[in-house]
Amino acid sequence: MTFLNKTAASALALTLGAGAAMAADCPIKVGVLHSLSGTMAISETTLKDTMLMLVDDQNEKGGLLGCELEAVVVDPASDWPLFAEKARELLSVHDVDVIFGNWTSVSRKSVLPVIEELNGLLFYPVQYEGEESSKNVFYTGAAPNQQAIPATDYFLEELGVEKFALLGTDYVYPRTTNNILESYLKEKGIAESDIFVNYTPFGHSDWSKIVSDVVALGADGKKVGVISTINGDANIGFYKELAAAGISADDIPVVAFSVGEEELSGLDTSNLVGHLAAWNYFQSADTEANAAFIEKWKTLMGEERVTNDPMEAHYIGFNMWANAVTAAETTDVDAVRTAMYGQEFPNLTGGTAVMLPNHHLAKPVLIGEIQEDGQFDIISATDPVPGDAWTDFLPASAVLKSDWKDLGCGMYNTTTETCVQLKSNY
Amino acid sequence: MSKFLHACRILICGVFVLLAQAALAQDDTAPDPQPGQLGPLQTVLQQDAALIAKASRTTIGPIIDAIVASELPSVPHFLSAWQNKDVWQRAEDGLFFVATKADGKTYRLLDLDTGTEVGTAAKDELDQLKPNSGVRGLIATALVQFQLSDPNRDTRVEALVAIERRPGPDLLTPLRASIPAEPDAELKARKTRIERLLTMAYDADPAARIDAIEAMSTDLGVDVRAALNPLVATQRQVAQTLPEDINLARELTPGSEDLSRDAAYVMLVDAGLAPPHQSAAELKSQLSQHIDAGRVGGVPVAQLSNPEARVTAYAALAAAGVVPQLVTEADVDAALASHVFFESYAEKDPAVTAAANAALATIATRVGVNQALDLGLDAISLASIYFLAAIGLAITFGLMGVINMAHGEFIMMGAYTGYVVQQVIPNHTVSILVAIPLAFAVTFAAGVAMERLVIRHLYHRPLETLLATFGISIALQQLAKNIFGTQARPLTSPGWLDGALVMNDVLAISYIRIAIFVLALIFLGLFLFLMKRTRLGLETRAVTQNPRMAASMGINPGRVNMLTFGLGSGIAGIAGVAIGLYAKVTSELGADYIVQSFMTVVVGGVGNIWGALLGATMIGSLQKGIEWLNPSNTLAAQTYMIIFIIIFIQFRPRGIIALKGRAAGD
Amino acid sequence: MRKSFIGQNPSILIFLLCLAAFTLAVSLLAEGFGIGVLSTSFIKTLGKTLCLCLVAIAMDLIWGYCGILSLGHFAFFGLGGYMIGMWLMYARTEIIVQNALAQGDIPPTAQEVIDGIGSQIFGVVGSSDFPVIWVFADSLVLQLLLVLVVPGVLALVFGWLAFRSRVAGVYLSILTQAMTLALALYLFQNDSGLRGNNGLSGLQNLPGVTAPQSVVSMWFFWASALALGAGYLVSAWVISGKFGSVIRGIRDNEARVRFLGYPVETFKLMLFTLTAMIAAIAGALYYPQAGIINPAEIAPIASIYLAVWVAIGGRGRLYGAVLGAAFVSLVSTWFTGGQAPDINLGFYTVQWVDWWQVILGISFVLVTLFAPKGIGGLFDLLKRESRS
Repeated sequence: MTFLNKTAASALALTLGAGAAMAADCPIKVGVLHSLSGTMAISETTLKDTMLMLVDDQNEKGGLLGCELEAVVVDPASDWPLFAEKARELLSVHDVDVIFGNWTSVSRKSVLPVIEELNGLLFYPVQYEGEESSKNVFYTGAAPNQQAIPATDYFLEELGVEKFALLGTDYVYPRTTNNILESYLKEKGIAESDIFVNYTPFGHSDWSKIVSDVVALGADGKKVGVISTINGDANIGFYKELAAAGISADDIPVVAFSVGEEELSGLDTSNLVGHLAAWNYFQSADTEANAAFIEKWKTLMGEERVTNDPMEAHYIGFNMWANAVTAAETTDVDAVRTAMYGQEFPNLTGGTAVMLPNHHLAKPVLIGEIQEDGQFDIISATDPVPGDAWTDFLPASAVLKSDWKDLGCGMYNTTTETCVQLKSNY
Repeated sequence: MSKFLHACRILICGVFVLLAQAALAQDDTAPDPQPGQLGPLQTVLQQDAALIAKASRTTIGPIIDAIVASELPSVPHFLSAWQNKDVWQRAEDGLFFVATKADGKTYRLLDLDTGTEVGTAAKDELDQLKPNSGVRGLIATALVQFQLSDPNRDTRVEALVAIERRPGPDLLTPLRASIPAEPDAELKARKTRIERLLTMAYDADPAARIDAIEAMSTDLGVDVRAALNPLVATQRQVAQTLPEDINLARELTPGSEDLSRDAAYVMLVDAGLAPPHQSAAELKSQLSQHIDAGRVGGVPVAQLSNPEARVTAYAALAAAGVVPQLVTEADVDAALASHVFFESYAEKDPAVTAAANAALATIATRVGVNQALDLGLDAISLASIYFLAAIGLAITFGLMGVINMAHGEFIMMGAYTGYVVQQVIPNHTVSILVAIPLAFAVTFAAGVAMERLVIRHLYHRPLETLLATFGISIALQQLAKNIFGTQARPLTSPGWLDGALVMNDVLAISYIRIAIFVLALIFLGLFLFLMKRTRLGLETRAVTQNPRMAASMGINPGRVNMLTFGLGSGIAGIAGVAIGLYAKVTSELGADYIVQSFMTVVVGGVGNIWGALLGATMIGSLQKGIEWLNPSNTLAAQTYMIIFIIIFIQFRPRGIIALKGRAAGD
Repeated sequence: MRKSFIGQNPSILIFLLCLAAFTLAVSLLAEGFGIGVLSTSFIKTLGKTLCLCLVAIAMDLIWGYCGILSLGHFAFFGLGGYMIGMWLMYARTEIIVQNALAQGDIPPTAQEVIDGIGSQIFGVVGSSDFPVIWVFADSLVLQLLLVLVVPGVLALVFGWLAFRSRVAGVYLSILTQAMTLALALYLFQNDSGLRGNNGLSGLQNLPGVTAPQSVVSMWFFWASALALGAGYLVSAWVISGKFGSVIRGIRDNEARVRFLGYPVETFKLMLFTLTAMIAAIAGALYYPQAGIINPAEIAPIASIYLAVWVAIGGRGRLYGAVLGAAFVSLVSTWFTGGQAPDINLGFYTVQWVDWWQVILGISFVLVTLFAPKGIGGLFDLLKRESRS
């Protein structure tokens, strides 16, 4: 009992300390909600470091509205309920003005109710499955039509793939993406029997049977392509087995949506040359802004570190937010949100990203081939594609539209012309 | 003087001939092309410069054809340079060059027609042509005719690969022409085989095609099936009466298993032969468009939450002629009855389709047998991995009765040892040879330390051993994260373990899996030898069976326990190297295997190495079997396997091989 | 009877008084009702900790008193959360869908409402059909019953199978671990009908309740405190009577109890099922405070942690379990939350986020080796000293 009281007292002291800080307007607080421990730490620690770098940069430029920026870093430890708890802590205890964070849809769904309840502002930097629109979230990663659909088009048109193996880890992003792709492919005249779908658990390592199943798909004389939404570590075993089976990218090309420079650094890529990935950013993009960004990152973090797509998403998101705060002359969430619409900021890959009223960016889609050095050779780049919260390729979503600027609704049914709901679905 | 000039001319001519044949060669004596006058190939290319620069598979075909049709000697070299991403476009005038890196950011430009160097350019004045894989495929196909009789064997192989990837009717003639003169026996056989495949699909003479089909009907290659299947591809059609001029595959009855009633009606609607069926949503939207003073077709709007009321209202609207008539079930039946549904072959010749079907049937049986064998191999491979992971546990848990939850972390330590060794010794073969004993040493030491410090004090409290070793497990896992980071680390197998042992296109197993299997066998042998033939084995068995009696016979149980535990841990370390080679090295590597390993030992029967072997075999084959039954969901296989094990233990609580007598006591 | 029961065990009264005082103090300090010193997020943490204490009591009953080291009790905890979560999601979505459909010109049919709810809940995981297991999700009463029934039946069937074939000791531990692993893997599949890896989310929003979270969190805090108190009382009562004596007898020498003519299997089965149900109640209170439940929650590691709490708190005494769960989980939260200051050693900065697990693991070994009675053992020491 004495112990319980003690904990309560120490917590009390903590809360009091935080309470004192929230009275002042300066500094402007930027919450960073990325896992620093647990399974997601691999990916998310990089983003935390990116955010710290961006905040430092902004402070060197003189901060915002005459205030210093202060990054508040918390660790949700790859534990989904903890994401909600930490988000609440950031908003109500630390009183942050904006949160940059999350990776994985389930962590976002965990945070959504809290952010909406407390009217926070979240920038989500990772590609995701769409089918969601929250007033309080800006999605700076790719929606399916900014990654999956263009990659599939590339398979259909450029590689002449006629038979598809959709391999994914069993969770929401691959499930929804594959659903969208299945319906898209059927629309493009691919028969249902020419689409092979397989889900494996996180960290799956025994790929021999699945790889031989994929090879066997070629038996009816159609060109086979693999669309991979395999996540994280499991990719290593998958690519190793692919290499062992001697599958060349010219025979069975594999396009991955979750494999970037960071993931390839754990692999010997000499047997994978020519396989593909689709992103909005590759480190190999040849622009001055990118060269400067990479140099800054490497001096800060070490020469062997690489940059990747979610980092660019945070780079664009943070700068847009900073510009919006300057434009709105306040960090008030509603004012900043209004100022965000139409914000433009140069991409690291060239061209300009635009924030749309549906809280998504218009960004170009790049397709890269894996090279021996673990980098990607960009072989295709589209014009900027506006992100679409609700996919056009599922009947239930095709009628929905998100427009927070004019319609003030994230789930607007265009046939009945009504707003289905104001909160997001989680 | 004139003689000298003549000699020069000959030399220059010679150089030109050389250039035309192998345009890569450079020679300073070759004259520069006249400025302002483009070479013939450059002229051809400039006509479609934009499309070539941003080549797309959908548009590039005719352009490649035009380039080949120009019949210029420099075409083959240009095409292969383009394929290898060596062609660059100069930004200022849009001309194409083969460019090679000079130094830093400048490139040496070589003229396409003559192969001479025409200057250098900085990288930002140039754009590299990056044909994608689809375009590269088309280029490769265009190159085939130049490569089939090339003196270089590799070039001929390239040509064959290109044909295999993109077979086409045009390739049959050049391929046939190249066969008689082929010097290499192996390539000749391959050429003949491809020729047969092309004959099946594209020869004008049906008899030749049927011959080729029958000749290949025992071949298991995916490419054979890939050639045969398009021949028997069918198309589903609907018509009022069965047409005469088709090669009919079969007729379909609506409502049967192959063609559901709904699907058949959809076919009718798509063919424009029947009005569409109104869906519930369409019904609703029609109703909402005809609301009239709070009523639709006389039905109050408030009642329309009832589906039957909606139908009534719609019927009223239809009767009034505002909306199309509702399609009833009777309408559907009538429409289906008045049409025939059938599948027809795209291939018009019934003899060819019959031969292809027969060949496919023969192949299918053989494929089935081989698939079963392949599944068996997969199962054995998985079993050997489980066995390898569990063998250390079979010693520590099976013989000594120590529950070591940190066993998985010993596996992980072994894998990380392999990674560290590879950082120090770059040669993969040597590093693996060093890593295996080193991994054993590291984990042996860790095991001995753990036994001395912790487990020794808990021999009579097995449940607490479980908890204490679990504590060690989480500490070790986090320690690995702190040292190596959470990112997966590469552990690359030596080159000679790359690739797979391919029996045929169905039956194959990667060398790394064979290596793991062999390793598992070696350990089985080693274990048996140690237990049955050595002093340590004798003493271990004695201590296992009756520690007090063993002690009174002069055996030091403490020492024996320590060594046995170290041995079990050491083997786990070696297993870690093997598992790291085939999968990945992360701090959670061990945790992935720990439950499975315990299952293996428990199912097999504690205290017996053969039990662990049987347990691993059973679990491995079971998992593969379930995966085979439910191929789209690997996760389900693991769930069902565990449930099966739980039930299995009901019937054999002591595992497959149960110890009898006193040693079986708890 | 009851008075004498508490009279016999003064520690129960002390515990209940402490719990009441703690609850009152927190209420007074909380944002929702009191002076607002404790933030809502901290109230939620405290409420969740109370639930963890309750499941630790269940663990203590089965392990500390009966000697069955179950490494699967978090499966029951999670199932309880899933059961209540199904109703929470269904009812919340139903209100949204009803409102949305009411805006149309034509009133919706019952089927349209159900389809709407289905596509809202399962759209996230790329499906829209209602799985069979959601058949009772529209009824709070039935779903509350299921909180008890589903884990209870699972425990009954599993326990019956296991005890009947005399699986005991470490074998049983491994078997229970396999059970929770199988359940977690099953739930990870999207086809399981409980939204796979995503799990059920937004559970903190009670359907039809407009009160702010600062108030709702207090309701759950009180409910958790009440449940903990009741659970403690029930557990103390169970172990105090003849039933308790038999249970302890089984722990100390199962064979002897069996020879004395007691149906050992039935006793074990009853206790196993009872503790599963207590765990389920704890879970049903925990997850609406956490806001989301997904299969990762019932991975084997969670149940092992449960054993760790009880071992550190002190087995075989109920307050030990409560102390262990509260202490370890709160300290864990503190260390992994980034609040603990880093220690700079000059050449190396010790970050608690990185080293906490190592310390936890090692301290666990030390407790097992040198203080098998855990924190509870301290009380014995104090008692002995005051007596002497």
